Amino acid sequence: MNKWTEEISPHHSLLDLKLGELWRYKDLLLMFVKRDFVTFYKQTILGPLWFFIQPLITSIIFLIVFGRIANISTDGVPHLVFYLSGVTLWNYFSDCFNKTANVFKDNVNIFGKVYYPRLIMPLSIVLSNLIKFSIQFFLFLLVWAWYYFKDYNLQPNMALLLIPYLLFLMAILALGLGMIFSSLTTKYKDLVFLLSFGIQLLMYATPIIYPLSIIKNNSPWLLRLVQLNPLSSIVETFRYGFTGSGNCNWYMLAYSTIFAFIVLFVGAIVFNKVEKSFMDTV
Amino acid sequence: MDKGLAIKVENLHKQYRLGLVSTGTLAHDLNRWWHIVRGKEDPYQKVTITNNLKLKDKQDFIWSLKEINFEVKQGEVLGIIGRNGAGKSTLLKILSKITTPTIGKVYLNGRIASLLEVGTGFHPELTGRENIYMNGTILGMRKSEIKKKFDKIVDFAGVELYIDTPVKRYSSGMYLRLAFAVAAHLESEILIVDEVLAVGDAEFQKKCLGKMGEVSRGEGKTVLFVSHNMGAVQSLCHRGILLNHGSISYDGAIEETIKTYHKSIVSMLQQTYLANRDDREGNGQLKLTSFKVNSVECNNIIKIECGNTIYFDLEIESIEASKGDKILIGVYDESGQRLLFLDSSSEKLTIHYNKGLNDVRVTLPEGFSLGIGQYTINTILYKNMEIADYLQQVAIVEIVEGDFYKIGKNVVNHARIFVRSSWKINHTGEILN
Repeated sequence: MNKWTEEISPHHSLLDLKLGELWRYKDLLLMFVKRDFVTFYKQTILGPLWFFIQPLITSIIFLIVFGRIANISTDGVPHLVFYLSGVTLWNYFSDCFNKTANVFKDNVNIFGKVYYPRLIMPLSIVLSNLIKFSIQFFLFLLVWAWYYFKDYNLQPNMALLLIPYLLFLMAILALGLGMIFSSLTTKYKDLVFLLSFGIQLLMYATPIIYPLSIIKNNSPWLLRLVQLNPLSSIVETFRYGFTGSGNCNWYMLAYSTIFAFIVLFVGAIVFNKVEKSFMDTV
Repeated sequence: MDKGLAIKVENLHKQYRLGLVSTGTLAHDLNRWWHIVRGKEDPYQKVTITNNLKLKDKQDFIWSLKEINFEVKQGEVLGIIGRNGAGKSTLLKILSKITTPTIGKVYLNGRIASLLEVGTGFHPELTGRENIYMNGTILGMRKSEIKKKFDKIVDFAGVELYIDTPVKRYSSGMYLRLAFAVAAHLESEILIVDEVLAVGDAEFQKKCLGKMGEVSRGEGKTVLFVSHNMGAVQSLCHRGILLNHGSISYDGAIEETIKTYHKSIVSMLQQTYLANRDDREGNGQLKLTSFKVNSVECNNIIKIECGNTIYFDLEIESIEASKGDKILIGVYDESGQRLLFLDSSSEKLTIHYNKGLNDVRVTLPEGFSLGIGQYTINTILYKNMEIADYLQQVAIVEIVEGDFYKIGKNVVNHARIFVRSSWKINHTGEILN
């Protein structure tokens, strides 16, 4: 007999993610992505060029510090290609993760004034960053092509076909982890500090500045540790696709896939729970 | 469902945790969890605490809303009034799904759009056109719906010429008009509006009020309206709900509700010393501890004869010796219109506070008086560009008949403001005819 169109009540099912409602707000999602992009290039003189400068300089610094000074092997891959591939991928992950983790903090004002499915916000972050990634990926392709035609022994292969899937996995991981952290930080603010340096540390546990093969020869238990990191197989597969060198196999990718989906699932549930009450705790 | 109802609020409660979230949080959470695991009642959710803000030092949890029950018919315009901290905003936040109730339910019939702020999501770098789409989608419209109404929105806002200019170049008036225009064209059956009329100039307010009246009468929308502008509330709403300390203390025709509200303010002034008032806003660096009008303490309606010079004595407590920015005093008539706005900084007063109590006297010019009627006074103390103490309804002044012109005759109530004037006649000579 209940004919009300909507009901507001204190208790909600944890699993009710209101995906239908999310779909109704898809225009808003696209508006947020557009806003992020437009405001980014409107506010700066160099505009989208910044998308190029940042990964390029980071890679050059890595090249000098880790390649030249510390002399860490890159498995015969040209240094710039090696570092740029790692940095490009890592940037996507860390930006998505970081921004999603701060999504409540950054949007307190707007969340306090209007309701829309909060999940829109993390999704818009992942999409906006995908645009940024595409631009940086294009830069990487240029650099890679230059080395390829200069005969630097790069062997691109079928693993390249996996790239969209690798990105998808990264997005899911960043989204899931970000949502878990965003939910926790609304209540336990200490985690914000843990997060910012945690992401930094996580980079060193991911084969960004070193190839997996180098620890394979050094210490088996360290290898286990790095392999436990679901990002490792993504980075290694990505590199293998472009250069033909790298350690990856289907088991590791399967592990990353399962890991990513569990994280996404947990993240969505926690996020869904916290979004209802977070305005009371900030 | 009863036919014709748009909103039904049933036994609504909202609990807030007070104070800073600290290490205590985790302990509370664990305790809560342990009670729930054992199947016991949440130890922090017993509805026994009276909502009395004075107890806040002793209690970590507070009921911001208690036992709220009401229904709104379709097409009805309901005004929600009450003092600061009465729970108006909390109620609106629950209805707009920004936060959830602790106990109780709300049933809605139709799409709901809430306007707790004009221009939510506006980005200064985006153009007017982009912001219309941004703001509209945030408020729950689809892109196609906005496209259909786009021309109407631009027309209402009157910004055709600047539609592709970033809104950071807009004047504040244009900005507000554009923001309100989007909201006014929402496709929802229920509209919640909070204090949006507090901003903007008189013309803007009039336009908004007109549009809102049109929306409720012409389009049959249900509107919930919160405002301190009693004139606006009275002209727009049929029915009013008065909130007091988180509960509904009156629900009825709007005129009666407003009367009850005024009575409740007077009884609050009689019962509470200014220094003990708990409905302040601001960072608390400064505190207004006493306010006198013509040397009379403000614990009742202060009667002043029309024609007597008016002066205010403020006693301000400062937690440290410091420099203050400015003191603002606003005087409002019964409909909530601001008639006087006294700003110490406009009069070039530099303020140095000593630690402890400081006395300030403000004197209005001689030969000036407000017309016969009741007036409410609000004060804001600024320090370091921040609001240190903001108090509404500090005092109620009633101007009664008096010998304004000092001619042995009381003035009749024929104007809202009296001033002395000097007259001169020039005899130019020529006699006509």
